[in-house]
Amino acid sequence: MTDLRTQATEIHEQFEDQLDVSVDDIEERLDTLVNEYKVPVSEARRSVTNTYLDEAGIDRDELGGGGGNEQVQISDVDAPEEWVDVTAKVVELWDATSDAVAQVGLLGDETGTIKFTKWSKSDLPTLEEGKVYHLRNVVTDEWEGRFSVKLNRTTVIEERDEDIEVGDDDVTVEGALVDIQSGSGLINRCPEEDCTRVLQNGRCNEHGEVDGEFDLRIKGVLDDGEDVHEILFDREATEDLTGITLEEAKDMAMDALDTSVVADEMRADVLGRYYRISGPTFRRYVLVDEMEQLSDPADPETVLIKARSI
Amino acid sequence: MAATPTREVARRVFAGEFNDATYTFKESDDERAPVYVLLPTGERANRVFVVGTLMETTDVGTDSEYWQGQVIDPNGDRFYMYAGQYQPDAASMLRELEPPAYVAVVGKPRTYETDDGEVNVSIRPESITEVDAATRDRWVVETAERTLERVQAFTADDPDDPDDGATVDEYVAMAREQYDLPVENYRRLVVEALESLEADDELEATADD
Repeated sequence: MTDLRTQATEIHEQFEDQLDVSVDDIEERLDTLVNEYKVPVSEARRSVTNTYLDEAGIDRDELGGGGGNEQVQISDVDAPEEWVDVTAKVVELWDATSDAVAQVGLLGDETGTIKFTKWSKSDLPTLEEGKVYHLRNVVTDEWEGRFSVKLNRTTVIEERDEDIEVGDDDVTVEGALVDIQSGSGLINRCPEEDCTRVLQNGRCNEHGEVDGEFDLRIKGVLDDGEDVHEILFDREATEDLTGITLEEAKDMAMDALDTSVVADEMRADVLGRYYRISGPTFRRYVLVDEMEQLSDPADPETVLIKARSI
Repeated sequence: MAATPTREVARRVFAGEFNDATYTFKESDDERAPVYVLLPTGERANRVFVVGTLMETTDVGTDSEYWQGQVIDPNGDRFYMYAGQYQPDAASMLRELEPPAYVAVVGKPRTYETDDGEVNVSIRPESITEVDAATRDRWVVETAERTLERVQAFTADDPDDPDDGATVDEYVAMAREQYDLPVENYRRLVVEALESLEADDELEATADD
């Protein structure tokens, strides 16, 4: 019994702002399912929670963790689907690409920057560029190794009368591009929502045979003779690096009846050249934000003086 | 213990030193353990990155295609590389490229003992791409820097002087033991390679006048 009481109290905490229900009501519902209909406690809890979600008219995704999130710094965000509070400055606002998105842009604090999305249906006040806000109850998300935060209906936005010196968590690496690894070039991703896994022979590990969506990426290796860095170019960076757009890549693959021609062409264009790349790191990868081919004349003078002196 | 094997760095070495690197070894008894050549300046190499002028390509195969490529560095020394059916991309590059051409080569060092007991060092290419002169010049300066760093570490680490403050490097010690080759030779390769770049610059400057 005490177990159901605890469960009921937790559910109550999640809904007390939105719904007028008592802990007793919730416990009674749980009790009916568990003791009368022999439903496992976890399933009972899910079912009861869903009932209240429907009543409150909110999505499961928008359900907060019951208040008291961790206040985090932006560079600490390292997992998706966590409920957090952040204090950050709106560094940039971008054009929303869909009607579902009210505002999209970049938030920054002393430790770095992160993308944010504010949904239209969440009905939140408008954020202004350059202002600092305390954002309570935002959810983290991840795509292609990049984290973002999503504002939702339960998010509380408070403007703060302060300024933040936005930090930079990027690394810069230089060297010769010595390898383009398999899984680069024109790839197929699973179209299932929130999946985006790369398909192997038209199959997704999670969803089986699906109609893939084409994308471009390069997993490369930058090597300066002392250290090796693995580099991930997303579609935009790949197009930038190779001059081959997604549309052109699709045409090339169509003509050759083979997607691997795209990676082959990319290898011929970029392997063995020197680049300077900066961007954030994710696991073992550097994600390319900025890139520059090192093509200015090399200066032998400094090394020559050193070589002659020993 | 590292859970995943890390990728081997591609060493920068001029052909004069590379062709002297005849001693090979493994770090473990495992059959699949990587094979290293020992550079005479005291560093192990399981991969190299080379940029130079492709001078000659020859199909030296008897039954199937087996391409040899010769790439020359600024000192006039040559890297030899061989690509056959197991390196199809590199083999087709050697088949198609018209020498002379600037090429960038990533590959594994390999040694081969001839009938008269001489050890030849060559490259088994992983990739060959055609590049421009600026990339080649950058490689020359970079390779000069890396070689010089090795020469400095080697000379700082004098076995007869335990008080030189240098920590004894495993591969420097190994090079002292396996080779009787003065590292001064490799410092000279560095100077000559860099001087050739400067000479090119002067030629260009004269041509511009």
